[in-house]
Amino acid sequence: MAYTEEELKKELETKEYEYGFVTDIESDTFPVGLDEEIVKSISKRKSEPKWMTDWRLKAFKAWREMKEPDWANVKYIKPDFQKISYFSAPKGKDKYKSLDEVDPELLKTFDKLGISLNEQKKLAGVAVDIVMDSVSVATTFKETLSKKGIIFCSISEAIQKHPELVKKYIGTVVPQKDNYYSALNSAVFSDGSFCFIPKGFKCPMELSTYFRINQAGTGQFERTLVIADQDSYVSYLEGCTAPSRDENQLHAAVVELIALDGAEIKYSTVQNWFPGNKNGKGGVYNFVTKRGICHTNSKISWTQVETGSAVTWKYPSCILKGDNSVGEFYSIAVTNNYQQADTGTKMIHLGKNTKSTIISKGISAGKSQNSYRGLVQVNSRATNARNFSQCDSLLMGNKCGAHTFPYIEAKNKTAIIEHEASTSKIGEDQIFYCNQRGIDTEKAIALIVNGFSKEVLNKLPMEFAVEAQKLLEISLEGSVG
Amino acid sequence: MLSIDNLHVSVDGKPILNGINLDVRAGEVHAIMGPNGSGKSTLSSVIAGNEDYEVTKGDIVYKNENIIELSPEERAHKGIFLSFQYPVEIPGVTVTNFIKTAINSNQRARNESEMPANTMLKKIREKSKLLEIDSKFLSRSLNEGFSGGEKKRNEIFQMAMLEPSLSILDETDSGLDIDALKIVANGVNKLKNKDNAIIVITHYQRLLDYIIPDYVHVLHEGKIVKSGDKELAHQLEEKGYDWIK
Repeated sequence: MAYTEEELKKELETKEYEYGFVTDIESDTFPVGLDEEIVKSISKRKSEPKWMTDWRLKAFKAWREMKEPDWANVKYIKPDFQKISYFSAPKGKDKYKSLDEVDPELLKTFDKLGISLNEQKKLAGVAVDIVMDSVSVATTFKETLSKKGIIFCSISEAIQKHPELVKKYIGTVVPQKDNYYSALNSAVFSDGSFCFIPKGFKCPMELSTYFRINQAGTGQFERTLVIADQDSYVSYLEGCTAPSRDENQLHAAVVELIALDGAEIKYSTVQNWFPGNKNGKGGVYNFVTKRGICHTNSKISWTQVETGSAVTWKYPSCILKGDNSVGEFYSIAVTNNYQQADTGTKMIHLGKNTKSTIISKGISAGKSQNSYRGLVQVNSRATNARNFSQCDSLLMGNKCGAHTFPYIEAKNKTAIIEHEASTSKIGEDQIFYCNQRGIDTEKAIALIVNGFSKEVLNKLPMEFAVEAQKLLEISLEGSVG
Repeated sequence: MLSIDNLHVSVDGKPILNGINLDVRAGEVHAIMGPNGSGKSTLSSVIAGNEDYEVTKGDIVYKNENIIELSPEERAHKGIFLSFQYPVEIPGVTVTNFIKTAINSNQRARNESEMPANTMLKKIREKSKLLEIDSKFLSRSLNEGFSGGEKKRNEIFQMAMLEPSLSILDETDSGLDIDALKIVANGVNKLKNKDNAIIVITHYQRLLDYIIPDYVHVLHEGKIVKSGDKELAHQLEEKGYDWIK
């Protein structure tokens, strides 16, 4: 499956957003608008138990009282929440037992996305849960996984089959009232993924979720909950695409990670939502809350490659509650044309000897704005906490912006916090040097950008790293000149 | 191989080269000498296709084709190589990855298939031995934190890998101590054959003790004011450039 230069070249020739096709599938979509009835209907539609319905309603009440935040360094027209449909499911049966039952059109979509389920099965090593619009379509490898006691399914299924786990952990890391979008998500989330790794088990394969927004005028609110029991390990991948549409689509997800004592979770995202066209029309609003809690001796590592979305607002964070716990954040955020990204992390040090590492690489091109916003907080009992942050920005052209907003709060004298930042520009001399060696300008930029992002790309699982490199190259096409 | 005819070049409207004529045939080594600011580096940049320089008059004919309108990469694909006076840094891109990308870009441009990984590795090993390059060096970021000598050695390593028809060595001797100079010169001599040509641009005669030129040209105020054989270089060394002016 090696990605050849030839394929890259072909891809570079197509200037349009590659995943911008619409799948012609009949879907069952709720009327637009949001009120208590809609929240109840979503819950009912999914045959949820009462505690879940009540939990949603509580969130909805809180959301109604809240105001959309505007502290981020992004400018956009706020979505009209009454013009969005909060549930869209590809029509057909709610559950698919085997691939034969899945709508062939849908399978074609996945083929186009390059994640054919058949192929995935053969490739082995990756189990995929696909969330299209709002409903989880199929989970490969489910049986194999369940034999080992791993639960990997849609969150809807988890609510039905493992209510005790969901009830115990949902909202414990990102409470309903945490922020405007988490409250909205808590009220209306339609599906998402759930994962539980049993005590002492090191999950041998990468678990993967693929999200796609297909239907026009729908929002996607998926909810992901990953629980790694004591001394277990899991590597989790998340990929996202959406078709090109003129209007803005809303994506407001919540991801909660729980690493119990001695556990390790590695969570990698390659986000490629439609960024809008080159004039800044359309594109996905990506307002996501991602947070993990680390218990004693545990570790959570976030790796993200963000190339899509018109507006991104996202801070995968770690609460280092347990002593000796470790939080890591590795990020590449690319913005081109009129994209805006305000992204970063929060590392909250509560336990003793806690460590965190932040490596952020921002690449801005076109007329885009790229901001890093990060908080490192050391609480009074967090003796010997350590943090290292490095924020590098790479600028292309004269019309884009790179911004860094680091916040540091240390309440314990033993804390050691380091922050390094750099800003550089791709130089014409670098391009000429590459040209002189026979490397054309597009490829030269890809090479320079990949070099710049290397520390983060190296953190991604192999097959994801290849995809991420491709994406970086595609997103920066036409940004020179 | 290369025929430059009445070449005039300006930068930001200011004339730098004022009618250069130069003929280089396969198998020859030409040295271009001259004081600072005489236009030596401009000439090398223009042959390589740097678009910061404007050709106002004249032609550059390479392998029977006028290349004035060609982009730098097209010229590279046709076998023109420039060893830079100041090689740039590309952080995060290893020496190996860079040369691999360069070779395969050239292969594709020539409608040839990519070089298989084992052939590539074999070639890298062979050529790095030629220039006494340590294998650790190959996994370092391109030119980042390299000493002057390492940068120049890396340039010649790339030349060895790309096997160009026409190589221009722009002040390759600057920043080199005598040992490094010998290694680099020795490398260049081994790469020399009857089918390729080399233009050595230098301020001092020193390098020419190791890379023996067939012809020496003296550049002054954007013109070649004197041409001769290697004896000319010695005369310049003795008498200084004032002698020529």
